[in-house]
Amino acid sequence: MSALTDDTLPVTPRAMRDEMIVFAAMAVLLAMVPMTGIYPFFVMQALCFALLACAFNLLIGYGGLLSFGHAMFLGTAGYCTAHALKVWGLSPELGIVVGVASAAALSVVTGFISIRRQGIYFSMITLALSQLLYFIYLQAPFTHGEDGIQGIPQGYLFGIFNLAKPTVLYYVVLAGFLGGFLLIYRTINSPFGEVLKSIRENEQRAISLGYKTDQYKLLAFILSGTLAGFAGSLKVFVAQNASLTDVHWTMSGEIVLMTLVGGLGTIFGPVIGAFVIIAMQQYLAGFGQWVTVIQGVIFVACVLTFRRGVIGEIAHYFRRSL
Amino acid sequence: MQALYAQLLVGLINGSFYALLSLGLAVIFGMLNIINFAHGALYMMGAFCAYFLLNIAGIGYWPALIIAPIVVGIFGMILERTMLQWLSGLDHLYGLLLTFGIALIVQGVFQNYFGSSGLPYAIPDELKGGMNLGFMFLPVYRGWVVVFSLVVCIATWYLIEKTRLGANLRAATENPTLVRAFGINVPRMITLTYGLGVGLAALAGVLSAPINQVRPLMGADLIIVVFAVVVIGGMGSIMGSIITGFALGVIEGLTKYFYPEASNTVVFVLMVLVLLVKPAGLTGRAA
Repeated sequence: MSALTDDTLPVTPRAMRDEMIVFAAMAVLLAMVPMTGIYPFFVMQALCFALLACAFNLLIGYGGLLSFGHAMFLGTAGYCTAHALKVWGLSPELGIVVGVASAAALSVVTGFISIRRQGIYFSMITLALSQLLYFIYLQAPFTHGEDGIQGIPQGYLFGIFNLAKPTVLYYVVLAGFLGGFLLIYRTINSPFGEVLKSIRENEQRAISLGYKTDQYKLLAFILSGTLAGFAGSLKVFVAQNASLTDVHWTMSGEIVLMTLVGGLGTIFGPVIGAFVIIAMQQYLAGFGQWVTVIQGVIFVACVLTFRRGVIGEIAHYFRRSL
Repeated sequence: MQALYAQLLVGLINGSFYALLSLGLAVIFGMLNIINFAHGALYMMGAFCAYFLLNIAGIGYWPALIIAPIVVGIFGMILERTMLQWLSGLDHLYGLLLTFGIALIVQGVFQNYFGSSGLPYAIPDELKGGMNLGFMFLPVYRGWVVVFSLVVCIATWYLIEKTRLGANLRAATENPTLVRAFGINVPRMITLTYGLGVGLAALAGVLSAPINQVRPLMGADLIIVVFAVVVIGGMGSIMGSIITGFALGVIEGLTKYFYPEASNTVVFVLMVLVLLVKPAGLTGRAA
């Protein structure tokens, strides 16, 4: 199996410093958004997808596992959070806990099943599992089928922050995104992350070195699925609904596309990719099905000519890891 | 009992499509090392090709059964020459992503012009009506689909396992460099193999046109089920793909009769069970 990234750079203090500078710049820029008059709903939505794409990237970029079913975590956490808020009347923080816990439980089960096969089979299994879940949600009464769960109350986070106010909600979503991003960053640069990368590069050798690679892959899958679920829970407060679109395979495809555009296996790539794809959908909303065609063209163009993605190309040019 | 036999027949028909599609996927994967995500879209193109032939050129079902697979097969070979061949040597997942993109493009274009609703395609006169078998009423067209698919599947199996061409093909799957050293044009063989796999998908599309109507998204959900079929059966054996395809169709048909709520999930549930019990799939080697 050939490597995903052709330039593997060692983690040096300088690389770490570069990454921290970019991270700080990103955090400051995002924190200033409410003062600029940019439509906050758009940025919040993009932040949720950015976290989702980062979680997906942890699996593909660092573990070499292409999940084609990550929408199942987004949708499951979304439905559970929405149900907890609307039907059980739980507070926002407990609603998020319910959503994240459900995604974590789902990732344990699906991870256990899907890591039993490698490579391309893994992708097909995750896709099939998410389709199985789609049909279950289509028929389950609590999801309200085609209508979805609508009009979800936003409430007060920790009893203090009024999430119905766009600015407050924006900073809560931003804090959630930055927290999730830092957790992924820490994971990538931990000894666990290094073992994961070695599995991506050469699983047989990792096994021969004594690592139980299945356990590492399962843990990475659970972490990725849980964080994707966290993104799904946050998204409920932004969109105030949970619907079947979030569980459909087209959503899984969009997550893959965001990460591919930004750069597989780059730290900041998925964030850029999410903003690009969400912005594109926003601006091209009037073109109907042509959006699907354009997404397909981007897929083809990226795979044929632009495999490193936006951030990957920049990093390659400057010989830095970003 | 009538209803049970009717569902069994529906199961056999779906099984025919699973078998034809997973067979094509297995053949393509063997030679190109690519999981062809565009397979569902090409199946749809086969059905549309038959529809166009009838409504624009006035060419009926029987010629379409030959023309559509050839036209779509040529389209597939163009895809292989212009795009897929550049991926050889790269990680498998890029082939999946590229063909997923192609599927989005093809399905999106058709959806733009034909919406999401189905277009009717009439059953040819020779196959209209039905036969009373005593225990059930058999619509002739449905019987024809099952028998014809089975014949095509077995012919493909014969071509690959028993002929000289098939032997070359299998040799090139194992070691392309060595086969090239014997003076066999492997790149051309790869292109033709892709055309063959795609042609089988298009053939399934033509067969399904009178049954399922012609819709731009007719292949989108089907391909995911076929992926599950491929995971269950493994892609190592041609006969394995055929048998698994038909068997799963029948099981799905039985589920529709006994527990209809689970009919669209049963294949996925079976996939999970097979993975838990026999991770390498029923016939395939672990991959």
